[in-house]
Amino acid sequence: MELYNLSIRKAHELLVKKQISSVELTSAVLANIHRLDPKIRAYLTVVEQRALEQARKADIRLHSRENITPLTGIPYAVKDCFSTRGIRTTCGSKILQDYIPQYSASVVEKLNNAGAVLLGKHNMDEFGMGSSCENSAFFNTHNPWNLERVPGGSSGGSAASVSAGLSLFAIGEDTGGSIRMPAGFCNIVGLKPTYGRVSRYGHIALVSSFDSVGPLTQDVYDCATVLQTIAGKDPKDGTSLPDPVPIYTTSLEKSINGLRLGIPREYFQAGMEAGVETVLQDAIRVFEKLGMQVQEVSLPHTRAALPVYYLILFAEASANLARFDGTRFGYSTNQKVESVIDLILQTRQEGFGEEVKRRIMLGAYTLSAGYYDAYYLKAQKVRSLIREDFRSAFEKCDVLLAPTCPTTAFKIGEKKQDPLTMYLSDIFVVATNLAGVPALSLPCGFSEGLPVGMQLIGNHLSEEILFQIGYAYQAETEWHNMHPLIT
Amino acid sequence: MNTIKYEPIIGLEIHAELLTITKMFCGCSADHSSLLEPNTLICPVCTGLPGAMPVLNKKAVEQSILVGLALNCTINEVNIFARKNYFYPDLPKGYQISQYDHPVASDGWLDILDENEGTRQRVRIRRAHLEEDTAKLMHKGNFALIDFNRAGVPLLEIVSEPDMHSVQAILSYANKIRAILRYLGVNSGDMEKGVLRFEANISVRPLGSQELNTRTEIKNLNSFRSLTQASSYEINRQIDLYNNGLDVNLETLGWDEVKGETYSQRGKEEAHDYRYFPEPDIPPILVDRSWVQTISSQLPELPDAKNKRFMEEYGLSLQEVRSLTYEKEFADFFEKVVTLSSSPTKMIYNWLTGEFTRQINERNIDIQKIPVTPENFAQLLDLFSSRVINDFTAKEILVEIFISNKNVRDIISEKGLLQISDENYLTDLINRILSENPDPVKQYLAGKESLFQWFMGQVSRETKGKSDPQVVRQLLQKILKNNN
Ligand SMILES: [Zn+2]
Repeated sequence: MELYNLSIRKAHELLVKKQISSVELTSAVLANIHRLDPKIRAYLTVVEQRALEQARKADIRLHSRENITPLTGIPYAVKDCFSTRGIRTTCGSKILQDYIPQYSASVVEKLNNAGAVLLGKHNMDEFGMGSSCENSAFFNTHNPWNLERVPGGSSGGSAASVSAGLSLFAIGEDTGGSIRMPAGFCNIVGLKPTYGRVSRYGHIALVSSFDSVGPLTQDVYDCATVLQTIAGKDPKDGTSLPDPVPIYTTSLEKSINGLRLGIPREYFQAGMEAGVETVLQDAIRVFEKLGMQVQEVSLPHTRAALPVYYLILFAEASANLARFDGTRFGYSTNQKVESVIDLILQTRQEGFGEEVKRRIMLGAYTLSAGYYDAYYLKAQKVRSLIREDFRSAFEKCDVLLAPTCPTTAFKIGEKKQDPLTMYLSDIFVVATNLAGVPALSLPCGFSEGLPVGMQLIGNHLSEEILFQIGYAYQAETEWHNMHPLIT
Repeated sequence: MNTIKYEPIIGLEIHAELLTITKMFCGCSADHSSLLEPNTLICPVCTGLPGAMPVLNKKAVEQSILVGLALNCTINEVNIFARKNYFYPDLPKGYQISQYDHPVASDGWLDILDENEGTRQRVRIRRAHLEEDTAKLMHKGNFALIDFNRAGVPLLEIVSEPDMHSVQAILSYANKIRAILRYLGVNSGDMEKGVLRFEANISVRPLGSQELNTRTEIKNLNSFRSLTQASSYEINRQIDLYNNGLDVNLETLGWDEVKGETYSQRGKEEAHDYRYFPEPDIPPILVDRSWVQTISSQLPELPDAKNKRFMEEYGLSLQEVRSLTYEKEFADFFEKVVTLSSSPTKMIYNWLTGEFTRQINERNIDIQKIPVTPENFAQLLDLFSSRVINDFTAKEILVEIFISNKNVRDIISEKGLLQISDENYLTDLINRILSENPDPVKQYLAGKESLFQWFMGQVSRETKGKSDPQVVRQLLQKILKNNN
């Protein structure tokens, strides 16, 4: 097996046994980036020299046998929405095309302290607004399983990268499926943790009350490894949760026999591609075989999830994106302007892409005097109903199973002109962000040669159970071991 | 012409910077003295860098609760922060984190004295809410420079109901709020540093009428002077408009200090829609009873209570007491001196509000940093009242201790300032002075009594001011009488 296709777990074994060095591993991944990324275009920025320097430091640490973590010497990359000190951070937008931050996101600091090796920054839909990576201001990312197709979004670069061996893992961010949906399209594992489980400090916010930072990995074991490194209370993020972080990897083999698996009726009624449904039914049989009790449950407000999600997104995003005004950092217009307000208007007019401007305008509208009650406030009320849906479902079962996306990866350009159809691909993922609960997306088969993902949705802070079920599933199946053949 | 008498209706918003150690949402120091270099107290949070997040400084909430309690407000159990959205370069995030429908405190009141009528009047406080201060803009030619040292400093906005009806009343109210904030230790009261800023809502109506006319709002008044001048200007402007059959427009006004005029900043149609919504980065703050109780146990004696006590304990009038209690540090100083000194309280009061205050004003001394210890000052007064030193010497020493705060007794012995009351010595001296000045003696004896002071002065000059004036007076009278 090629070094760049190693799982974190296997690579760690080899590093600790000194069978490989971090410099060798990092160089192999960098070589693979040189070979494949011109076709896939997962990276907006690669920091080769810095990565090799970090790998050398990791090797010293590994050599001294002190303070070694499961991620010491492991090469990874982050979605470009995370602030990285001294490394260009664009968030997929022209408005930040040359922005070099002065500080690093807490998640990057944590991984740095653990000795992980940062390779660079992954392409994404501008400010996370999109489900295909086509809204990146710079270029499209291609799905490693079929280069004519999208990798999903908005963490599309991250999913494509892990799938193609361009990084051993990635850190993405899930506002409404942005980790899970591309993970499903690219046949890898993606976790949207419980809201607040991982610090958001340094993540360029899209929807502050939805945004969840999480890992994209090759398998469930790796996912657990990364989460236990990055999770926990951060004094810099007032919404991060104080609950202690379990060592997830030690409980993975716990039996899932007797756990109750709920199938949300509404999700299967909402319509999905036949190939996706077939694969899902196969997966359900695997869970039955593993001793899980499968039962139908209802999430009655499912239909409202999508409009509520977008309403709140527009509103919060319109405020979160207000700081990009061309006065302190990032892009600033070169046009001659009459006043500072003109400078701000002109900069934003030129710096933001179409989808971003569309959403800012919708957001400002829904928050305006006279509309606030009808839109934002009402959406928040329905949001509590959706939360209640999940709360009562979790009285009847331990986890829920749903497809990650109603379709497999679609063709580049296919939905770009139709934002509404594009919004529909988020139908199964957004409700979890509204409820703040965790969801783990896993590879569960193929339809017409394209990967299909499913998600296990758990109650608040139930990541441990999600990992146990996912781990048992992967012990029983081989889907996660399939790598794309890129020519 | 039969002119109508008008009554102004005024409400005041006071923005007070709180005295927390760090800013409201980050670890930067909140002590943004104007002496600092621009942009030295900044971080990703208070400059609104992408990805930076606010974390609430609980001290700001505590100080606000303290103010709420002092202003007789209801302390609300749930505090929710909200985003107030607008674009301006002094607002780094494009929104200000403020409070909207869940402020720290609401529905309070404050009694003030109307100086004109001398009557007590109640001003209702609508609410007090927390928000972050903005950066400072400085215009240089074609450029505007931004200093973010002030950005994110906690501000408490205290909003009154429109219960005031004269410029004198708003001045009393503003002064009293300032004093209370200083007593609570939550605001420095240092007007020159802009730690208190005012906005006045003003309308006028015919006296006796109950209707509410269109009001205007004057923004950014940074001193008591501009507050009173702008308010009286605006009251008169509105009265003039009505008298000329015109209407007042609903608008936001600025105050031109130089011209002494208000000017329109924006009208009704340009009114901002701030699109408030709850700040998702800051979870709601629950203020439980026990927290409020802990804070309320820290409430110090406030000006009204202190006035009352001072009047009772020290037998001073309200007028006298208020000149002592306006600044807490001054009141504390007074009380310490009273405890330490055996001189009469009234004398202590006279010296403190007289010579002592003159020194403070002349030397432009911050009342919080009085360079003289109460012990030293008490000793000075006691030496004076026991006639060890005379009035002239006491004043000289007061100046000296304002410069060095050296021990009063040391100064006296070093400079030989003990009062001369030795009658033999003074008799000889007076005899010598009289024999050296035969003409004035003759004139005095001829009836020009005003020369008596001149003789007193001569003695004082010869003794370099150390002679005991009472003894000199007696001796001089006796000797001059004998010369007759
Ligand atoms: Zn700061």
